[in-house]
Amino acid sequence: MGLALTSILVMALLSLTIGVADMSFGAVLQGQVDDALILLASRVPRTMALILTGASMAIAGLIFQMLTRNKFVEPATAGTAESAGLGLLVAVFFLPTVPMLAKMLLASGFAIAGTVLFLRLLDRLPRHQPLLVPLVGLMLGGVIGAVATFFAYQTDLLQYLGIWTTGEFSGVLRGRYELLWITGGLALIGYLYADRFSIIGMGSDVAITLGLNHRGVMWLGLLVVSVITAVVVVTVGSIPFLGLIVPNIVSRMVGDNLRAAVPWAASLGAGLLLFCDILGRVLRAPYEVPIGTILGVLGSAVFLMLLLGRQSHAVR
Amino acid sequence: MIQISDVSHQISGLPILTDVTFTLPKGGITALIGPNGAGKSTLLSLMARLSKVQTGAISFDGADVSTTPTQALAKRLSILRQDNSVSARLTVEDLVGFGRYPHHKGRPNAEDHRLVQEALAAMALMPLRQRFLDELSGGQRQRAFVAMVLAQDTDYVLLDEPLNYLDMKHARQMMERLRDTAREQGKSFVIVIHDINFAAAYADRIVALKNGRLHAVGTPKDIVTRPMLKQVFDLDIIVENIRNLPVAIHQIAPFPERQEHP
Repeated sequence: MGLALTSILVMALLSLTIGVADMSFGAVLQGQVDDALILLASRVPRTMALILTGASMAIAGLIFQMLTRNKFVEPATAGTAESAGLGLLVAVFFLPTVPMLAKMLLASGFAIAGTVLFLRLLDRLPRHQPLLVPLVGLMLGGVIGAVATFFAYQTDLLQYLGIWTTGEFSGVLRGRYELLWITGGLALIGYLYADRFSIIGMGSDVAITLGLNHRGVMWLGLLVVSVITAVVVVTVGSIPFLGLIVPNIVSRMVGDNLRAAVPWAASLGAGLLLFCDILGRVLRAPYEVPIGTILGVLGSAVFLMLLLGRQSHAVR
Repeated sequence: MIQISDVSHQISGLPILTDVTFTLPKGGITALIGPNGAGKSTLLSLMARLSKVQTGAISFDGADVSTTPTQALAKRLSILRQDNSVSARLTVEDLVGFGRYPHHKGRPNAEDHRLVQEALAAMALMPLRQRFLDELSGGQRQRAFVAMVLAQDTDYVLLDEPLNYLDMKHARQMMERLRDTAREQGKSFVIVIHDINFAAAYADRIVALKNGRLHAVGTPKDIVTRPMLKQVFDLDIIVENIRNLPVAIHQIAPFPERQEHP
């Protein structure tokens, strides 16, 4: 854990120093206004956004996998993110003047509805076919995404759609990322309720036997996952794969007792996102490769490795 | 005291249980026997509030399972289901620790820790306690789940085929441990058992179900008899008395009587 936190710190410092504009810590300390402005208005917000998004999306994925009792799903591929995007489009079209927070709330409402729909579908799937779950999630996400695209096409909002479907941090500036702090708070709920979510992951029979309010905890989890996803989609765009691979790696490392798994997921999620973003910034500087692209390439490779490496564990 | 009154249950229109009524005194081991599909697991699920009671009532020491808050029931009764489809990757110690959740709600104290260690020791799991469930054999997993139920430390414990996957040694150890716990701590166990001889050897009373109806309640000596087993299982089974225990020799058909000496 110490090593993980140290590497996050190092990457965070790197993230502060890397960028197109010239900025040095020395200049900031000497009182150079330009350098301080770049640091405070762009670099710090971007780094904080990366850490908040990485940590919270990983925790959302972890909780989502507990709610569904399936290791192959994540909110970004099971209809939650697509629903949030659709909700945001609806907000932009019908209520263009309301503040961002209100748009985010509407997106959250859509995300919750999409997640409920997915969980309802899950109830009808045979339990012994775990691979059906992600397939159904992808299909549902596809259908909702198609509805969103059609809506965007009809209303001339296709450009906006592109922003929300591909996660990107180059536009993060002071004043345009602060909503992400909400995800930090929600991730904390994930930690405080870790025991309850772990018990949910053992199935409803165990939950009832242990006197847990099964419905209540399911709803809380659903709320946490949906709102985290919606906030991320609204502020930086959809981040694929992170919520899938990080919980799988953590499960391999420390198991599914969330009391131990949540801090690890938060650290690895933040670290992975920082790493991918730094990579995206240096690969063909001064241009940037979107983080969604990097994560997609890296994530699918890691996921294939996990899938083929020890199939018995995840598929059971 | 467990009171089951006029319980009937249907699953998609099919009657699973019909007018089941019986009372079990507090303490001791009750074996629930009957052929496949007799309704044993359904009855256990209803008792543990895992399924809603449709008709009739079930209560533990007067607390009705349909109306008593589930948190309160979790301190009174625990259940081990027949199929433990837990796929979460937990260590044995973590799993057993979750058995204490109804008592500590996420903040275990020294007493919780002690009871977890006791349950681990009772099921001979101390050497395996850091192992993950997916690294265990079927029998070891089964013992871990029983330990979790024991750690919950409830007055009433319902076990659906706890001897599944267990070898002879661990099956006997488990039954001895349950009997000792029942005697020393006054706990009540209701156990679905398929091996009639384990029921005869360890149960204080046996409840026999057949076709969703209560067929008989009695001591092992009352129930484990050739005529009674014939009625319950539709199978002719020789019962011998060995060391004052009725022993059913159910694996083979009774010897053809006196055919060799016409």
